[in-house]
Amino acid sequence: MILFERVSKRYPNGREALTNVSFSIGSGEMVFLTGRSGAGKSTVLKLVALLERPTRGTVTVNGKSTSGLKARHIPAFRRHLGIVFQDHKLLADRPVFDNVALPLVVAGAPLKEIDKRVRAALDQVALLGKERMLPAELSVGEQQRVGIARAVVSKPPLIIADEPTGNLDPELSLEVMRLFRRFSDVGVTVLVATHDQHIVRELAKREIVLASGEIQGPSDGGSSDPLPHLVARR
Amino acid sequence: MSLSVLGIRHAQALLGSLGRLKRNPLATVLTLLVIGLALALPAALGLFVINAQSATGGFGRAIDMSVYLKSGVPLAKAQQLAAGARARPGIAQVTVIPADEGLKEFRQYSGFGAALDALQSNPLPHVLHVIPSANASSAADLQSLRRYFAAWPEVDIVQLDTEWVLRFNAILAVLRRLVLIAAVLLGAGVLAVVGNTIRLEILNRKAEIEVTKLVGGSNAFVRRPFLYTGLIYGVGGAVLAWAILETAVLVLDQPVTTLARLYGSQYALQGPSAQVLAVLFGGGMALGWLGAWISAHRHLRSIEPR
Repeated sequence: MILFERVSKRYPNGREALTNVSFSIGSGEMVFLTGRSGAGKSTVLKLVALLERPTRGTVTVNGKSTSGLKARHIPAFRRHLGIVFQDHKLLADRPVFDNVALPLVVAGAPLKEIDKRVRAALDQVALLGKERMLPAELSVGEQQRVGIARAVVSKPPLIIADEPTGNLDPELSLEVMRLFRRFSDVGVTVLVATHDQHIVRELAKREIVLASGEIQGPSDGGSSDPLPHLVARR
Repeated sequence: MSLSVLGIRHAQALLGSLGRLKRNPLATVLTLLVIGLALALPAALGLFVINAQSATGGFGRAIDMSVYLKSGVPLAKAQQLAAGARARPGIAQVTVIPADEGLKEFRQYSGFGAALDALQSNPLPHVLHVIPSANASSAADLQSLRRYFAAWPEVDIVQLDTEWVLRFNAILAVLRRLVLIAAVLLGAGVLAVVGNTIRLEILNRKAEIEVTKLVGGSNAFVRRPFLYTGLIYGVGGAVLAWAILETAVLVLDQPVTTLARLYGSQYALQGPSAQVLAVLFGGGMALGWLGAWISAHRHLRSIEPR
């Protein structure tokens, strides 16, 4: 589903974020991408979502090389991808329903189907009944679940999440990660960037460790939390 | 993409734009007012020129020539001359005003009745009242007509007032240019107003645009509501300009009719014709859409999710 072949990424400011990174993630697999802040986790996700292009090497997503993809085909490409952000990027002035419906609206789905799918997605994240509320009226954990509902509403074969539990307490974090696992159980490929070792241990899924832009080889998952002070606890 | 999907998307964009404009009524009204005034001004000027033109078309019949015969010329000769003149091309009508009738008329309108009674005989000559045909009322045509009558030995004076026709036509030409200048300048103003309004809205909705692009919204999808907003501004401004024009016509109608009557004309002020309205609405929509497109094209590409 995702294939990185000798990928390097150097930003315009000269910082080399990734160096010679190769890995592959199979269809339906759930994989954690871990490492310290600045290790290159976000860059990997940005390359998958085509928010950035690799400087060298090729990134293949869903069987298609992203390097040949023209800018005007990127929107269609992103419609087959669910993205979850640490700050969830919800539209503050739109109710939950509209936020979740956005990917379907963008794809031009019929209103009836939008209604049905949005309710199904909200049901999956246990937020059914809160469609008309504004994001600010929800708790942080609920907001993140709205973001997840938006990522899955168009039933993408691939979900990527950048520190989806960064703002959540351990209990909520685990809840969110179990949600991702449930999607992977039904065949969705899930790639989650996190530095929360506790979660990685708990879910016992494959882990790709990055350090200074290079792959460290799979860890045993038993190492201690490298940056405990960065995990926000409420 | 199927046609129905495209239709749904356009309907969504249109409704979304309308909804957003409704949510900011004051800002929307102010913008519409500026656009409406900017469209109304050249349209009003154009309407003025059109009216002036058709009013002088009415005056075209009022362009006439008075051919005063020498005082000894008998009425029968005058009738004969008139018949000859009628055969000449470029002449619509020749009326003989016998001296007696001329005197009667003069007595009636001048108020010199008592003074005229003191006169022994009628001092007035017979007069031919000549109306040139409409297609021969240019300054040069009138001059040649004048020479034609002046050449007759029976003719004393040919009176023709072409100066004002020439001046009036020159003034109209100046006004027509003014309309053009006003239309270009104010059209640029509409572009700037719409462009700036759209720019502000794009900046206001930066986060939304980013997220929309993240979930797969194409540039066309993101741009569409802004283009509709521009189009709505254009249509709204044109409606407003139309209302302004009709109001102006309503206010001016009565004094203009009075003025026309004083010149012996039945002229009544014309409101904007279907053609004027088509130009107004077409221009408004084109300017609104173009202003929005320029702004969206410039500012949307700089907003990319990161």
